[in-house]
Amino acid sequence: MRLINRQPGVAFRAALIAVPFVLVVLAYMTGSAIRLAENPQDKLLPSISTIAATAERLFTEPDRRSETILLWRDTAASLVRLAWGVGISAVLATILGLLIGLLPHVRAGLASFVAVVSMIPPLSVLPILFIVFGLGETSKVVLIVVGILPFMTRDLSARVAEIPREMIVKAETLGASSRVIALRVALPQVLPRLIQSVRLSLGPAWLFLIAAEAIASQEGLGYRIFLVRRFLAMDVILTYVLWITLIAFLMDMTLRWLSRRLFPWTEASL
Amino acid sequence: MSFVTATDIFQSYGQRPILERVNVAVDEGEFISIVGASGCGKSTFLRLLLAQERPTRGEIRVAGAEPAVEPGLDRGVVFQRYSVFPHMTVRENIVAGESFRMPWGRFFGPRRRAANERADEVLARIGLSHVADQYPATLSGGMQQRLAIGQALAAKPRILLLDEPFGALDPGTRLSMHEFLTELRAETRMTVFMVTHDLEEGFKLGDRVLVFDKERWDPQEPNAYGATITYDFDARDGGMPFQRLLDQFPALAAQARQ
Repeated sequence: MRLINRQPGVAFRAALIAVPFVLVVLAYMTGSAIRLAENPQDKLLPSISTIAATAERLFTEPDRRSETILLWRDTAASLVRLAWGVGISAVLATILGLLIGLLPHVRAGLASFVAVVSMIPPLSVLPILFIVFGLGETSKVVLIVVGILPFMTRDLSARVAEIPREMIVKAETLGASSRVIALRVALPQVLPRLIQSVRLSLGPAWLFLIAAEAIASQEGLGYRIFLVRRFLAMDVILTYVLWITLIAFLMDMTLRWLSRRLFPWTEASL
Repeated sequence: MSFVTATDIFQSYGQRPILERVNVAVDEGEFISIVGASGCGKSTFLRLLLAQERPTRGEIRVAGAEPAVEPGLDRGVVFQRYSVFPHMTVRENIVAGESFRMPWGRFFGPRRRAANERADEVLARIGLSHVADQYPATLSGGMQQRLAIGQALAAKPRILLLDEPFGALDPGTRLSMHEFLTELRAETRMTVFMVTHDLEEGFKLGDRVLVFDKERWDPQEPNAYGATITYDFDARDGGMPFQRLLDQFPALAAQARQ
């Protein structure tokens, strides 16, 4: 039987899913044990138990000076920035995508511009953003928007342009105006793609968020990681990294669930 | 005065002529089948009738009105595929036939309820009541095309254009679709243009069969000339329109006997 036709059983599949995770943890534990055996004061690869203790402290104990739990405050600050950045991008990308995809005049005027703008490395304009928008929240949100809006716009406008011409013509013969075609034919068909687009953009969005926080911020997950780097506090950094990974994973799962829930017609077929 | 008139239609894409000197006049209520080889311009002619494209030269008038510049309410269409909206349920697709002309593309309040009831009547007539709340992707090909025809008719167009509507269906489904279309036509007496590559289907359904072909042919330059209507068959009574002429005109029959 060909390899491409062999399917793992249920139990074997579960085992296969676990294998890479277990391998990484085992490799880490081995490395950590070797280093700690040589030097118990080693800070580079703290043991799993140290990380767990640190994580418990970070999640539950308030900071002595500000009397708030820093991790939760950092999480809230970062998520608010992320939500603004991704939210603004999603709304703008949908509007621009519909306009570029449906209206030849807008396409002629904007498509090449968006294509060129999407080539600008966002981090290279970060200093400009800091100068223009100051070191506050605005510049961080704008960096996320600059980073993911061009990609999302190109993605959505391409999807709008892919809607079969027959379907648009059919709507025209039913007397639909450009607005009705945009709102009732094109928009509902690109919304599932918008969710996909947001899912794909979340990775870059986190990247730009952490970069902006690392450079100038008072709080936030990225800020904290780069702050404790000075003390080689690997246990704190690793806790934060795992926490960010968990949040990002949950966001992705939520969006996937939302897509299936809101757009049952995308999965409906014989 | 004919209902639909095409006068001296020329259509070329760039340097390449597709149609040349197409002239045809069609009366209201006629069923016109359009047949021809692949690439002979029959679908182009349908797009011109639909006003999705405008001819390079010549004009098409419906009921003497100015030539249309874009598709509109007076021309309904059913394509081979993509003729229904996948994100709407079957009932919503029928309602869209009436509601898309509204400013926001939908009805509100009592008008919405009334439209839903009318849609349910249409669904009962085209035999899709049992799937009213499903999405089109769950329907078979024949059911999707029935839905597409029902949706087009819900908008009450003056002309119905069919572009190989049954081309993707299996032979059995195709036969039942022929019956379905014949019944609908008997009820509405609508003017229909149907492009098909199935000659039998064209003669079975059509009152007239227009054949598109190239009159001139250059072996060195096959694309040098466009196609035109080479035959215009009267397809009533199974392609023998005068077979029962004497039954229709008894006086003539009496004369013939003498």
